[in-house]
Amino acid sequence: MTDKSMIPIESYSAFINRKKLVLAISVVATAVIGLFAVSAGSLEIPASEIIKTLLGKGDPQTHTIIMNIRLPRVTAAILVGAILAVAGAVMQCVLQNPLASASTLGVSQGAAFGAALGIIVFGGGVVNSDSAATAVTINNPYIVTLCAFLCASISTLVIILLSQFKKDLGPAGLILAGVALGSLFGGGSTLLQYFADETKISAVVFWTFGNLGAADWPELLILTVVFFAALIYFLLNRWNFNAMESGADTAKSLGVNTRAVMLISMGISSLAAAVAVSFVGIISFVGLIAPHIMRRFVGNDYRFLIPCSAVIGALLLILADTFARLIIAPVILPIGAITSFLGAPMFLYLLFRGFKYHG
Amino acid sequence: MVEVRDITFAYNQNGNNIIEDINFAIEKNQCIAILGNNGAGKSTLLKCMDRICPAQKGTVYVDGQNVYTMSKNTMAQNIAYVLQNNESINMTVFDTILLGRKPYIKWDATSEDRHIAWSIMKKMQLEDFALRNVWQLSGGELQKVMLARALAQEPKLLLLDEPTSNLDPRNQHEVLQQVKEIAQEHDICVAIIIHDLNLAIRYCERFLLLQDAQVFAYGGLEVMTPENIEEVYRIHVHIIEHMGIPVVVPFPDEKVNVSGER
Repeated sequence: MTDKSMIPIESYSAFINRKKLVLAISVVATAVIGLFAVSAGSLEIPASEIIKTLLGKGDPQTHTIIMNIRLPRVTAAILVGAILAVAGAVMQCVLQNPLASASTLGVSQGAAFGAALGIIVFGGGVVNSDSAATAVTINNPYIVTLCAFLCASISTLVIILLSQFKKDLGPAGLILAGVALGSLFGGGSTLLQYFADETKISAVVFWTFGNLGAADWPELLILTVVFFAALIYFLLNRWNFNAMESGADTAKSLGVNTRAVMLISMGISSLAAAVAVSFVGIISFVGLIAPHIMRRFVGNDYRFLIPCSAVIGALLLILADTFARLIIAPVILPIGAITSFLGAPMFLYLLFRGFKYHG
Repeated sequence: MVEVRDITFAYNQNGNNIIEDINFAIEKNQCIAILGNNGAGKSTLLKCMDRICPAQKGTVYVDGQNVYTMSKNTMAQNIAYVLQNNESINMTVFDTILLGRKPYIKWDATSEDRHIAWSIMKKMQLEDFALRNVWQLSGGELQKVMLARALAQEPKLLLLDEPTSNLDPRNQHEVLQQVKEIAQEHDICVAIIIHDLNLAIRYCERFLLLQDAQVFAYGGLEVMTPENIEEVYRIHVHIIEHMGIPVVVPFPDEKVNVSGER
């Protein structure tokens, strides 16, 4: 007779393998949809041609389209989606609040205000009507990005300082502080637009729509470094996050320095999200919804939730961007609007199917 | 052996002390009951012992080592704490118990960690629930899982804040019996906050009576006199003996003044 005690250990291994399978399937699905996104557009490029081009053997025209337009765009979708999703998952854990994400903590609104400041006050944007796809261009993207990043960082800093100096402010208090900051920056953006001329208002509105085509290879390199730095820190802390799921007191009794983990994780996730939105504009809902989708498959186990959220965030943003590019081509719909438009019903669906954060 | 020396704690610097100059010791294999009214500072005392609420004054020694100067991980290898109200988490029972190995985990849980978690789960008779989600458990089962997680830390001192409050009488006895057995098997000191004086008398060797933030009495069964209990709980009690076991019977209708005179 089989040793009875061995059966559950094996079933636990099978249980863990199922989670690994979820991760593997998500990676493959993202790769396939990514390939489709590179191939689809006004000029259909077959997958074989894409692979040839990536190996440096394609024809020059295809090479230009893939390397200068489609691949940077898909790469931006992957990186921004992954950053926002991972940041959302970690914020939801350390703040013990399922509603935490870059947009609910005022980071996105801070970036939008910064962009408005860069465009209106520092003259970073102009209207350019030579192309239907890009009716407005930002003539000084670095000023706009820098201002967006600095203002998004202000939100981060205020949240961190509040949690440091107002120690009795719990996770719910930090979310409320984020809502207040979002409102403050929203009001600031409205005031700036009120005093700006039409050209600049158009540029600000265009920026807040979100544009994954705005990031080129140098920006993508920065996003890659930011993503992997954040991912490594979060993976190193995955057991701490698992402990924090049981509440701060239990985590402390398990040896977790909860205050340090919360402050550093909040700092890193907010700054990573700030970098992402500064480059491509406001992308809503991905940071909130991606972790919740994966919680249904892998639970609140951060060993799997962190990598799975990153992959599903990337997948969602590629899907949304491809939809935005193809649905009424050649017009490209604003990606921020598409993620909200598709994300909200998906979130409601998850709620109706039974919301499981703490059970 | 555990020594608690001069522990004093207040939430605000100028506020009243929640506990004041608490001193006592727990021998190996010993279960002590921490008793007192609601608000007497029992939970705060446990949190001070585990540095969840760092005491303003005093310290705790476990086997001669100062808990207040240890790293947090070392402390978690020495002291485990089970809360009064545990959050129901979206994680399996086995993963939750495995979390007790967190203070020992460097990069990932080893097969030894999994083996320890597994054997404790079996000992607590939880193996049928191994892959069930914690939020699907009853209050009693949840309490056992949290206790198993604490034991997976292989602590020298186990702190339990009302471990039997959500359990039916059978489970109350079962859990406390298991705690006692494990304490003796692994040389663990145990401090239990408990409101049921009869369970305390049955399963604990020593009794720490707290009153107004201070130790009112500490000792063996000899401190569990009707007078002391009446002084601490402000309720009249009789202690009778049934089959050789002392039983505390409360009589709330009989009025008691502060000094215990009726």
